[in-house]
Amino acid sequence: MTHPLTLITFIPLIGMVLILICPKGQEKFIRWIAVLFTLPQLLIAGWLYANFNTSTTSVQFAEHYAWIPAYHIFYFLGVDGISISMVLLTAIICFISVFASFTIERGERGYYALLLLLDTGMMGVFVALDFFLFYVFWEVMLLPMYFLIGVWGGPRREYAAIKFFLYTLLGSVLILLAMLGLYYYGATPTFDMVELAANASHYSMTFQRVAWIALFIGFAIKIPAFPFHTWLPDAHVEAPTAISVILAGVLLKMGTYGILRINFSILPAASHEFAFWLLGVVGTINIVYGALCAMAQTDYKKLIAYSSVSHMGYVMLGMAALTEAGINGAVLQMFNHGTITAMLFLLVGVIYDRAHHREIAGFGGLASQMPMYAALTGFAFFAAMGLPGLSAFISEVLVLIGAWRRYPMMTILGAGTAILTAGYMLWTFQRIYLGPLNEKYKGLADLTPREFFMLVPLAIIVLILGVYPHAILGLLGASLNHVNQAVLMAHAPAAAILP
Amino acid sequence: MDLGNAASLSHFLPELLLTAGVIVLVVADLIVRNKAPLGDLALIIAAGALVLIAIEPAQRGAWLFHRMLVFDAFGLFFRALIALAAMVAVWMSIGSEEVCHCDQGEYYAILLASTLGMFLMAEATNLLMAYLALEFVSLTSYILTGFLRHNRRSQEAALKYLIYGGVASGTMIYGVSWIFGIAGSLDFGAINRALAAPGHLPVLTVFIALVLILAGLGYKIAAVPFHMWAPDVYTGAPIPITTFLAVGSKAAGFALLTRFFYPAISHLGAGGSWQALAGADWPQLLLVVCVITMTLGNLAALQQTNMKRLLAYSSIAQAGYALMGVVILTNDGIRAMLFYLFAYYVMDAGAFLVVMIVANATGREDIEAYRGLAWRGGAVPAVALAIFLLSLTGIPATIGFIGKFYIFAAVIRSRFYVLAVIGILNSTVSLYYYMAPIRMMFLEEPRGDETPVTFELWNYGLMGVLACATIVLGLYWTPIIAFADRSMHFFTGPS
Repeated sequence: MTHPLTLITFIPLIGMVLILICPKGQEKFIRWIAVLFTLPQLLIAGWLYANFNTSTTSVQFAEHYAWIPAYHIFYFLGVDGISISMVLLTAIICFISVFASFTIERGERGYYALLLLLDTGMMGVFVALDFFLFYVFWEVMLLPMYFLIGVWGGPRREYAAIKFFLYTLLGSVLILLAMLGLYYYGATPTFDMVELAANASHYSMTFQRVAWIALFIGFAIKIPAFPFHTWLPDAHVEAPTAISVILAGVLLKMGTYGILRINFSILPAASHEFAFWLLGVVGTINIVYGALCAMAQTDYKKLIAYSSVSHMGYVMLGMAALTEAGINGAVLQMFNHGTITAMLFLLVGVIYDRAHHREIAGFGGLASQMPMYAALTGFAFFAAMGLPGLSAFISEVLVLIGAWRRYPMMTILGAGTAILTAGYMLWTFQRIYLGPLNEKYKGLADLTPREFFMLVPLAIIVLILGVYPHAILGLLGASLNHVNQAVLMAHAPAAAILP
Repeated sequence: MDLGNAASLSHFLPELLLTAGVIVLVVADLIVRNKAPLGDLALIIAAGALVLIAIEPAQRGAWLFHRMLVFDAFGLFFRALIALAAMVAVWMSIGSEEVCHCDQGEYYAILLASTLGMFLMAEATNLLMAYLALEFVSLTSYILTGFLRHNRRSQEAALKYLIYGGVASGTMIYGVSWIFGIAGSLDFGAINRALAAPGHLPVLTVFIALVLILAGLGYKIAAVPFHMWAPDVYTGAPIPITTFLAVGSKAAGFALLTRFFYPAISHLGAGGSWQALAGADWPQLLLVVCVITMTLGNLAALQQTNMKRLLAYSSIAQAGYALMGVVILTNDGIRAMLFYLFAYYVMDAGAFLVVMIVANATGREDIEAYRGLAWRGGAVPAVALAIFLLSLTGIPATIGFIGKFYIFAAVIRSRFYVLAVIGILNSTVSLYYYMAPIRMMFLEEPRGDETPVTFELWNYGLMGVLACATIVLGLYWTPIIAFADRSMHFFTGPS
């Protein structure tokens, strides 16, 4: 394959065009076009995984073409250890979410077209290595998301959609300013992230701090880090199932990916300085606060949304640790949270499609009616709780081991929250699936083959990574340790070199 | 080169064509019974002017008509932009339901005359000439605004425009007289020499003169606090005229403003950065105007329920963004401003065109008329309007984003951090009201009693071209930025 990254990014866009020109009255083909154009993405991702060289820190499968040469803007794609796992995750989640979309009945043409555009935007963010290109993909993704929530969402969809859009746009314009600053005040004017990272020491400390904060706010809104998280529960509750899956499965990871790719790589000295307060402390607040909020929810989907806030906190804590274990655990946690939370949202969707509400108190005893569903839910819940043998256990433990030496207090809080997590998960399971059956729901059908087909592959991934985490960790190690070293090194001589 | 009257004519062909066009239209109006082809004729004349501009030989520049006008790359850019604006206005007039009941011949003749005036504004290098051109544009604009004789809003708008315009241009000519008193001449070059001369300059006097002149220029580009006419006039005027005022008149205002503030009262230093002359303390003044313009325009737009009014306030805010390029005193900034004005032309004309298409079908201009547009047969105009509005917000991949990108790049490069932050906060605020019509079109269900929007080849054709341009130039904008780059040259005399 000569241009795997271009293909993996733009194949969905071809699908989008085909969907838009699909003749009227043939709407039933539209969903299969969407399947047909996300499947190759998955295959290419598999091919990338098989051919990825795990021993080098340099960029692989690179494509480098002039776009606007007068302004040093390049079409520069490539993956390294930081992004390859996210490319895989995106391909898997997008493929599955197409199937999760089969329940959409109104305006299918627009829906699938936007879904594929969103797919291109997300994949582009993870493979772009030119900052300008990265920014274009980053913003291109906002729009389909707005419409997907706003048109196909729940009752308060308009509020949720515009809130999501405003929050994210505010974040991204800050990123734009920081990007321009990096361009003009660097050693040479360039948007090339690899080059920017190589000349990281050129920036003055004051500039690094300002740019770091601007970028951090932009990315923190996406994670979402406390106190910028308030758009998330609204967006999740209103979004259709497939969109929630993408939102939690992929979109949130862009925030932490951006911090690793840009803040850590290009502004290492400032990263070292701010790691404690802005990543460590904020991450810990995310963990604890998210879990407490989740416990208080009465809406099943909102509960899962807050659990996402909590679990993304581990990613931040792991990054803040600035140790090999911590940073590897953080990226593994990104992947694991992506698969587990996708399962959880799919499971919420299953019951919502049947009962048309999500009030936890309105259910009870569903296990007797839907044993297969209850079993898979149990599995996903245990995975989210971090049960040993399942994937999240490995990543959370890595994060905590990594953080322990530096931040013992935060590590204790983070580890202690596992009890809260277990508490709300088990309590929810008990209220929905166990106990006396609510007579209203007698005769609910168990999982359909389509739902089964969406959930089981994710469960298998969770299981495999629980016993063999090296499947992902092997990809990450070299690049992540390189970035981590750069941040650690930047600190020591910083006072000497930088004014 | 200082060309005399006869020698100047070879650089004056587009203007001559327009003049001839005006006469032909007036005469033809008297002779022919079927008025429909008059619009097509006007379109051909405007296109002809554009062609003449395009084939004008590239050269260093010259003074025309004994230093009344100047021919240079900068003027060429704006003449091209104004010709494009005139073409869009004529095209829209042909497809407009409002305009087709008017006196076609007069209407198109005055429209072309106004274009001629704008050309002269872009070329003037003498304050008296500048004033005359500006007045000419204003007078023709008043008539065009009030052209719907049986529409009260149109009449009211014309009167308001006239009163505000009279005050603004009176203030400006008073300021011009002060400048004459200080410099002893109205020629830009002479003013520059007088202000640059060492010695005791009455700084406060110059400042007052500049404020007075800014009233006239600010009125043309609808900058706060000289913007009060814009919402009413934009709402009352026929939509093609609104478009023409929003993109053409504003561009001409920017041309004159830049030419006055840069080559006339500043001087170009090393590395493409400008410096205000010792006697003329204008950057602070314009900076304040710029910040208030974008902020007030955006905040006022938040509450609008009429699309034309919303776009009127939006265009005030957009002028504020373009002004950011003017106030930072670098060639980078001027180039960004040029690019931004082009981008603004494409997206704002497109937005007004969709407003006209909807108004043609429904006779309404309020946002409520857009309810569920995408779900009642108007999906194509709805998508197009969404593209234009998102471009106005500055979302990639549209030309509006690239425009903002260059503006912010220039601002950051000149280290105006606070200005940059104010600019991006404004962009974020603007998203809210630009999304309001989009929300209405896509997220709301139609009630079922709305008039359907039907396909019309003429208007949809132009809409398609503008929408494609918004996207395509947002992905590949090298030709436009190269054109802006070439146009950054003011002729200030043979060196």
